[in-house]
Amino acid sequence: MKDFVIPGQTGAPAFSDRDHGTPARAGAPVTLTIDGFPVTVPEGTSVLRAAALAGIGIPKLCATESLEAWGSCRLCLVEIEGRRGTPASCTTPVAEGMVVRTQTDTLRRLRRGVMELYISDHPLDCLTCAANGDCELQDMAGAVGLRDVRYEAPPEAPLANHFLRAHAGAPNPDWRPVDDSNPYFAYDPSKCIVCSRCVRACEEVQGTFALTIEGRGFASRVSAGTAADDFLHSDCVSCGACVQACPTATLTEKSVIAIGTPERKVVTTCAYCGVGCSFEAELRGDQVVRMTPWKHGKANRGHSCVKGRFAWGYATHPDRILSPMIREAIDQPWRQVSWDEAIGFAAARLRAIQAEHGPRSIGGITSSRCTNEETYLVQKMIRSVFGNNNTDTCARVCHSPTGYGLKQTFGTSAGTQDFDSVEQADVVIVMGANPTDGHPVFASRLKRRLRQGARLIVIDPRRIDLVRTPHVEAAHHLALRPGTNVAVVTAMAHVIVTEGLANEAFLRERCDWDEYLAYAEFVSDPRHSPEATEALTGVPASELRAAARLYATGGNGAIYYGLGVTEHSQGSTTVMGIANLAMLTGNIGRPGVGVNPLRGQNNVQGSCDMGSFPHELPGYRHVSDPAARAIFESVWGTPIDPEPGLRIPNMLDAAIAGTFKGIYIQGEDILQSDPDTRHVAAGLAAMDCVIVQDLFLNETANYAHVFLPGCTFLEKDGTFTNAERRINRVRKVMQPLSGLADWEVTMRLANAMGAGWTYTHPSQIMDEIAATTPSFAGVSYERLEELGSVQWPCNEAAPEGTPIMHVEGFVRGKGRLIVTEYVPTDERTGPRFPLLLTTGRILSQYNVGAQTRRTANTVWHMEDVLEIHPHDAEVRGIKEGDWVRLASRSGETSLRATLTDRVAPGVVYTTFHHPVTQANVVTTDFSDWATNCPEYKVTAVQVSLSNGPSDWQRDYAAQAEAARRILPAAE
Amino acid sequence: MDTGRLVRMANQIATFFASQPGGRGAEETAAHLRAFWDPRMREALFAHLDAGGEGLSPLAREAAERLRHPA
Ligand code: SF4
Ligand code: SF4
Ligand code: SF4
Ligand code: FES
Repeated sequence: MKDFVIPGQTGAPAFSDRDHGTPARAGAPVTLTIDGFPVTVPEGTSVLRAAALAGIGIPKLCATESLEAWGSCRLCLVEIEGRRGTPASCTTPVAEGMVVRTQTDTLRRLRRGVMELYISDHPLDCLTCAANGDCELQDMAGAVGLRDVRYEAPPEAPLANHFLRAHAGAPNPDWRPVDDSNPYFAYDPSKCIVCSRCVRACEEVQGTFALTIEGRGFASRVSAGTAADDFLHSDCVSCGACVQACPTATLTEKSVIAIGTPERKVVTTCAYCGVGCSFEAELRGDQVVRMTPWKHGKANRGHSCVKGRFAWGYATHPDRILSPMIREAIDQPWRQVSWDEAIGFAAARLRAIQAEHGPRSIGGITSSRCTNEETYLVQKMIRSVFGNNNTDTCARVCHSPTGYGLKQTFGTSAGTQDFDSVEQADVVIVMGANPTDGHPVFASRLKRRLRQGARLIVIDPRRIDLVRTPHVEAAHHLALRPGTNVAVVTAMAHVIVTEGLANEAFLRERCDWDEYLAYAEFVSDPRHSPEATEALTGVPASELRAAARLYATGGNGAIYYGLGVTEHSQGSTTVMGIANLAMLTGNIGRPGVGVNPLRGQNNVQGSCDMGSFPHELPGYRHVSDPAARAIFESVWGTPIDPEPGLRIPNMLDAAIAGTFKGIYIQGEDILQSDPDTRHVAAGLAAMDCVIVQDLFLNETANYAHVFLPGCTFLEKDGTFTNAERRINRVRKVMQPLSGLADWEVTMRLANAMGAGWTYTHPSQIMDEIAATTPSFAGVSYERLEELGSVQWPCNEAAPEGTPIMHVEGFVRGKGRLIVTEYVPTDERTGPRFPLLLTTGRILSQYNVGAQTRRTANTVWHMEDVLEIHPHDAEVRGIKEGDWVRLASRSGETSLRATLTDRVAPGVVYTTFHHPVTQANVVTTDFSDWATNCPEYKVTAVQVSLSNGPSDWQRDYAAQAEAARRILPAAE
Repeated sequence: MDTGRLVRMANQIATFFASQPGGRGAEETAAHLRAFWDPRMREALFAHLDAGGEGLSPLAREAAERLRHPA
């Protein structure tokens, strides 16, 4: 929408909100004069943009900076010396020595004429319009000095128009009602000026192609899908790009219609996925009116997805628990108490456990949803106040193999690129990831590159949307059997090495040559050839060969991967195999290439960086390293245990064994998100003190003794680190509803146990991180204010951060190629469990769904469903929509089935967004060999018809209901 | 600790290092256990070793022994 400048109010005042009309260009400098002022801009820049850069605003309607110029409104006309007529400045590129006039009598007259035509077919109800004060049409009417509209028609024979419901007593055939089918925005056709900004946004920015302009001339109008479709039933994925682009009130957020236009805004970071989009929280007082993507955000470049853009209503959902609560035992109802009482109760219990069972009998889990500062504090409390290393984080269940695998091969566990890098990729491998659902804004950026001609290779058991979507088609889809990643990756390496496609110069210079030779010998063995492994992996050898050749020879090769790589018993090995492919082909250390883990949660990267793992201090330094310990011991003033602590699954095992009795869990719902629910429940039930800090009474809280209310990202200051290592600021826009920000709660608990901490602002915590962690040495809130965001390592050598890693050499020195022997998982199909279950997620819901289930996003995903191939369904008598029982050796659940050939025969697929489904009742306790990351992606199952929820689901629901009772507050 | 699980985990680790060239599988497996396993897990593994070490692969067993009596 229109420029919205309130000086001094945005989080980063150095970043201008001005819409320059057309996209920036890179090119040789060109100098021209505009209204007598000399302006120098890159070649290819439009005259409109050049003028805007010089501070001259040429009126415009159909142009906006995020879209290529279209040239339809004719409002941006200018005069150019030596050229005839009045060209549109948005479509006219600058030329050396050009002399432009933006304001002459002719231009004024022409522009007024244009505006008059627009306004003659537009309702004049500005005072009651939701966009009043935030409408470019209104602004332009002012800018061109429109004073009257001469197309006044006699009342008995009105002019044809789109905005009157009826005229001359008859219904107006050209009028259309408001389409408010989308829960978050409305489309009011009567206000549309057919500038097609929305259509172009859907194509260019989002890449969904859901909108078209139907009809021609006067009859033309915006349409979502076919004429019969409304927005909700079209292909629209509710990303909001069209709403953002619309210059009028035609496409408007319903929250703006309900509340009014915002009066201030604060730049902050989305708290959903690892893309880490920057947003402006636009507010009235402390009420959020809307979240709009911030164009200076370097991860998202002004784009967003439905979650960050619209699904923030959970922040004020009535289910939020705002008062601390305690109970003696988990069969009792909760008792609401003061913060002091809750903290005192928790601290006393934890200390009592340690007195009886020893210092290592308690621990904690940091949250990948919380800020870096909060995560740092939790691990600090565990290490320096609890006095052990029993800290872990939800990254255990997603990207821990990335940490291990990339550290072994490259020397550091981080992704190698920034997101901008994809703009220079020529061949992209997407493996075990579903970006259009899991990382939507990255997917949009990737699709844009693919439309420009980059080639795509998808390696995934399921036909994800990217395989074929408007104007994008994968060159190869290797639909492997779940659990055979290592075999496929090794076969690709076999092709590259045996066909002489390896980049020997790179390998000699950058990698350990002897290790390469051993590796080359290993992969060259005929048993690793695609022909030999085809029977195992299900991937046709010719297809695999073609894909390997394309990656090795197609130019810049970039690999993006997700949990379909890591969540396997050989997750770490596959990560190493991916790193091997990049090294073999020299696809590392420059823009357009690299190895890029797509992180699940907003701050998975940060929580790993901040020392959440039981063997690593912040900055990935092993606890057994005395020098690393000494740094923290001197700052913290306490000794640090040199022994590694327990990982989440180990904690649960130790709890069942009776040696682990107390846990502090910040912002994670392990009962729902971790595998083998029964085992998790048994572990939690065996503990004497479970402390849950969260927004809602989550599933884990059913087993908790202390509940500490958490707060949303809107209620606190801090930083998140996204999948490209980018540290983004989170800014407080409202006071914590419970009275305390999450970091304050941790500090209170630590202090109740004797810590004596005195932080008054998260910036002080960041200063401590910078002082102790070399890769963060240059990070401070001031620096972030200046730069907007920064990618670590940020230190003296790289004061502005590091967009691309391993440029000169690998962090570990020489890159290491590691032999990747395929080991079949112990999880095998057999007569009892003949199908393989794999899991994933969908766009509109987020992980365990605690947030998104509490928003209108449920219109897109009411329940988890099981995808099953029609052939497998038929032999079981299953029809579309039937309730089916899904059973594994761990347990069983039931849900509805949907028949689709997106999954191969023998494979079934579901999401895990809803607690009633309890998909993790079915997943097993098998895990990655190196990191214990659970094997979510492969479970042998059987599917059969059922007639409703399983016994387990019913028992679980009953237990959950009992465990959630809250006593009325004592008067 | 559930020894069955520990044995399975130790074997998985040993299987990986067994596949690596250089013949240092036992050493590497022991180092991995040392770096990533909490002391009580290692103790439980040793106790299992004392009880005969059933189920441990030869390399996992060698690693466990090496870990317990570092040279
Ligand atoms: S919300 Fe996004 S996907 Fe839907 S029509 Fe608008 S731009 Fe297209
Ligand atoms: S809906 Fe808005 S952006 Fe789309 S054509 Fe109409 S006025 Fe332009
Ligand atoms: S969920 Fe991810 S892609 Fe969507 S807005 Fe948030 S950070 Fe961006
Ligand atoms: S802004 Fe240039 S033609 Fe519309």
